[in-house]
Amino acid sequence: MRTLIFTGIALLGISMASAQSAEDRGMQIAKAADKADQGFKSSIVNLKMTLKNKNGQKSERLLITRTLEQTEDGDKSLIVFNSPKDVKGTSTLTFTHKIGSDDQWLFLPSIKRVKRISSNNKSGPFVGSEFAYEDLSSQEVEKYSYKFLEEKGELLLVEQDPVDPKSGYTRRIVTYNKNKQYRIEKVEFYDRKNSLLKTLTYSNYKLYKGKFWRALSLNMVNHQSNKETLLKFSEYNFEADLAEEDFTQVALKRAGQ
Amino acid sequence: MKINIIILLLGSFTTLYAQNKESKKLNHDFELELEGEYRYFYDNALFENQKDHFPSFAVRPEYKVEWNKGYESINFKGFFRLDVDDKRTHWDIRELYYQKAKNNWEFNLGVKKVYWGVAESNHLVDIINQTDAVETFDGEEKLGQPMAQFTWITEKLGTFDFFYLPYHRKRTFSGEKGRLRFSSVIDKDDLSYESGAKEWRQDIAFRWKHYFDIFDIGLSHFYGTGREPLFTFDATGNINAFYPIINQSGIDIQITHNAFLWKLESIYRNADAQDFIALVAGLEYTFSNIDRNGLDIGVLGEYLYDERNEFALNALQNDLFLGSRIAFNDTKDTSILIGGITDLESSSTIFSLEASRRFGNSWTAEVEARVFNNINRNEPILSNFREDSFFRISISKYF
Repeated sequence: MRTLIFTGIALLGISMASAQSAEDRGMQIAKAADKADQGFKSSIVNLKMTLKNKNGQKSERLLITRTLEQTEDGDKSLIVFNSPKDVKGTSTLTFTHKIGSDDQWLFLPSIKRVKRISSNNKSGPFVGSEFAYEDLSSQEVEKYSYKFLEEKGELLLVEQDPVDPKSGYTRRIVTYNKNKQYRIEKVEFYDRKNSLLKTLTYSNYKLYKGKFWRALSLNMVNHQSNKETLLKFSEYNFEADLAEEDFTQVALKRAGQ
Repeated sequence: MKINIIILLLGSFTTLYAQNKESKKLNHDFELELEGEYRYFYDNALFENQKDHFPSFAVRPEYKVEWNKGYESINFKGFFRLDVDDKRTHWDIRELYYQKAKNNWEFNLGVKKVYWGVAESNHLVDIINQTDAVETFDGEEKLGQPMAQFTWITEKLGTFDFFYLPYHRKRTFSGEKGRLRFSSVIDKDDLSYESGAKEWRQDIAFRWKHYFDIFDIGLSHFYGTGREPLFTFDATGNINAFYPIINQSGIDIQITHNAFLWKLESIYRNADAQDFIALVAGLEYTFSNIDRNGLDIGVLGEYLYDERNEFALNALQNDLFLGSRIAFNDTKDTSILIGGITDLESSSTIFSLEASRRFGNSWTAEVEARVFNNINRNEPILSNFREDSFFRISISKYF
């Protein structure tokens, strides 16, 4: 306990000593990362999701994700499942909002139904994977409060506390790389009891258009269940020139038909 | 007649296809589902010659070719089932259509399936496709509908859909050996049309769909030969049935507020022989990720009203539906839907259970049960099904 208090005082001292508060610096880094990614307009990427349980048994899902950048509000995305075959064509259309709940529609190809669904379930797993819905939704600056933790060479560690009380996390510790356009190298997730739940590692980074870093491998390890989910991305397509019309309920049906 | 339409459509496809030869990459995709099914009706049959055991087999091939970056495509979905009931042995072209999308419009030509509506226990607004009545009890399986569909999408005013429906398809009813039928077997060819043009009456439909914040709203109108036959009973109890020309206006609204989905669907149908309103209103609430392991439990409640009273074909005149949807969100996509629909004026209740999960990467299994309980013998339609409680198990393999 005593060491903890001493460390606490010591950390307080460091942050007080700097000209800027830890909160401001944390926010500044998040904004810098957000700004570095501005201007990609739209992208299409194929994704292979490999789910591994604690016994090492694997199952796979294939998806296509289309994203449309928005400046005033959160991005729009359209995700289509191609595998397993019994859910082929199942698709979601999401309009993320910087403030408030996202708008989300689900397309069920067997009965051709488009259903508006609640985006309330942030903490639930996405298709049985170790990624929660909130891990995969558009990362908007407004969704967290920030605290800069430390600098390790080119790496900057920032604590992010979700604003939404429905989040499954108390905090995330995000590692940014300041020499690589503030790209994210690692995220550690702490559950509601504040114990380490998951670690997400970004690797296989590729630079597109000399400006946009995209990790082609994301590995999420759940430390409590010992399950893992690996995302492998194909080459990103930034040339598709997608428009608003590609992110409508009509486009959702078309993508999943 | 079915064959004629297909040839006609195939003809127009090949022309369109040839014109687009120069556009770049063609993407082909072929899928096949084989399904084995067993239905067991555990009560003694009410009518002569009805069987108890129904082993069955179904094939569902799918083919899609797309080009022009996916903005143009030809889509095909076929269906064939072999069953003990010779009327349930049937094939269909569920879909075979050409599609072109450009900027804010989309055009579809061919045989297609379109779904409208928001409710779970009854699908009132959904009228474009005929129900494949021998395929499932819940009426969610549909026959392919020949159409030309034009969709115009606007950002501010919503989406406008225009349908031209040149051909009507009749509903098929169970054969002599089949369950879920009336005392006399109805042959679909015995049903007549109000329209002199019969199945070739040229029908039209329109739908407007938009959303504002948490509100999703649809307004629709259909003018043409109805999908539901109109049943009239003479003094001796004989059934006379025909397809009337109807005007049907529909509204569907969903409010998505936090974990609540509030739903309303209502129709007003007008024909020379009938004039009624029907509605279904209710809510769905989901307790999500209850066990921190992905378990979602949804509760559903819907009230159903139909002005037609006992003569509503689906027997949902003043009923209450309560149900629960349980999704495990596991790697096998295990899910269960249980529910009961009860008549508020009599004892009649139908319980149902549907469960499904995946095995391996390309197999799925489904279990279904429908239990008819205390069915009031005075209900002219539902009372025929009172001994038709059943279990169904099906296993599918995907290629």
